[in-house]
Amino acid sequence: MAFSIYDFSSFTQSIHQLLSGVMSPAWVLVSELVLVGLVFLMFYALLGLALVYLERRVCAFIQNRLGPNRVGPQGIFQTIADLIKLLFKEIFIIKNADKFLFNLAPFIVIIASMMAIGALPFAKGLHAMDFNIGVFYILAVTSLGVVGILLAGWSSNSKYSLLGAMRSGAQIISYELSVGLSMLAIIIFSGSMQLSVIVESQANGWWIFKGHIPAFISFVIFLIAATAETNRGPFDLAEAESELTAGFHTEYSGIRFAFFFLAEYMNMFLAAALATTLFLGGWMPLHFGVDTQFNHIMDFVPPVVWFFGKTFFVIYIIMLFKWTFPRLRIDQLLTLEWKYLLPINLFNIVLIAFLVMMGWHF
Amino acid sequence: MSSESLLLFFVLGLVLVGGAVVFSTFAAPKSWNKAKFEPYECGIPVKDGAWTQFNVGYYLFSIIYLVFDVEIVFIYPWGTVMKDIGMSAFIEIIIFFIILGLGLAYAWKKKALKWV
Repeated sequence: MAFSIYDFSSFTQSIHQLLSGVMSPAWVLVSELVLVGLVFLMFYALLGLALVYLERRVCAFIQNRLGPNRVGPQGIFQTIADLIKLLFKEIFIIKNADKFLFNLAPFIVIIASMMAIGALPFAKGLHAMDFNIGVFYILAVTSLGVVGILLAGWSSNSKYSLLGAMRSGAQIISYELSVGLSMLAIIIFSGSMQLSVIVESQANGWWIFKGHIPAFISFVIFLIAATAETNRGPFDLAEAESELTAGFHTEYSGIRFAFFFLAEYMNMFLAAALATTLFLGGWMPLHFGVDTQFNHIMDFVPPVVWFFGKTFFVIYIIMLFKWTFPRLRIDQLLTLEWKYLLPINLFNIVLIAFLVMMGWHF
Repeated sequence: MSSESLLLFFVLGLVLVGGAVVFSTFAAPKSWNKAKFEPYECGIPVKDGAWTQFNVGYYLFSIIYLVFDVEIVFIYPWGTVMKDIGMSAFIEIIIFFIILGLGLAYAWKKKALKWV
């Protein structure tokens, strides 16, 4: 079996041929789906645990305390212990809640983030879905998550939940515009919506460098808007602890609560991975100049490491946002979006279109 | 395998949440307590439900959002062909953005962008 850490397409091809040798095409498809499903389920769970651990350590680091450090070396098993605890907690529904919608809400939130993460290219030839409308697809699927949040808040029949859900709705739909427009910048540059093509187009330099200042403005707007879109950081009005106890998931207990928590972290990962894919070159290594010694050393590092390295770097920045800035007020939040980011973004798109028309990008 | 995986990830989400909820229903202990099934209101006895008349503060925002989101859906295909078409596409998008910008300016002036 041919296996190269730099190009996974030969690896997947050989698995496909191996399976085709022993069974009929229909069964090959089924077993491939099961394989991919198992891999993604593992990936999803492990990533969730890792991100929660990372968040607690980063928070502790900034607040100058220790953070989890008792369970396992450096406390790395803390989140696993938490997960087991949450699995064995009673899940109950409060008296007057709408039971069906209350049950449905975590499903919608998790499915939305799951379907979006499936479309990411992790390395050369390592993606489950590679649509020619990849960016569009992710934008469409992630905006389904807000339905789950609104349902959760409304069906709880609790005032805190309702307030949190309503705020969250206003916030997410507003910032979706900025996310969409800043991703459009890269689509104009690369001329494609397919994520793998966008990554390939950055082989000779990342868009954040190749696109001059407009691309950098887009990147900054994307970071801000994606942070708000995932209900995080200084924009966590939907679950402002000091005002709304826990916002839209106040009435959720046990593992159902854990899924809202997990979805938030997975959305953060998705935002960071998209920023990486679109602006920071995806799994492409860092290059300076043409054919230098430095480039050869960088090429030696596997693409998967590059992808996750950059993604976790962006995640770290998003975490720093959360623990260093004070929370915004809802009117400040909407002013920031509608009166600053949106006009800047529209102007920026015209600038980028001009750049591309004149061929001034590299 | 693209369209099949779309279904796969949908099923994965269902299995992940459904499996955990079913497991938890059977594995977790249960107890009954009158106060436990009340909505949380900081310990004060609950007055009325939450399903009442509610001022949706962002009603106007969501209307403007709808306009802009549909525009973005239109601009995305333009973005993919901008490189090939060049000049005429650039002029068209400027006209498009002027109309869009006028709409935003109108909403701004009418104080629709103000949280009430």
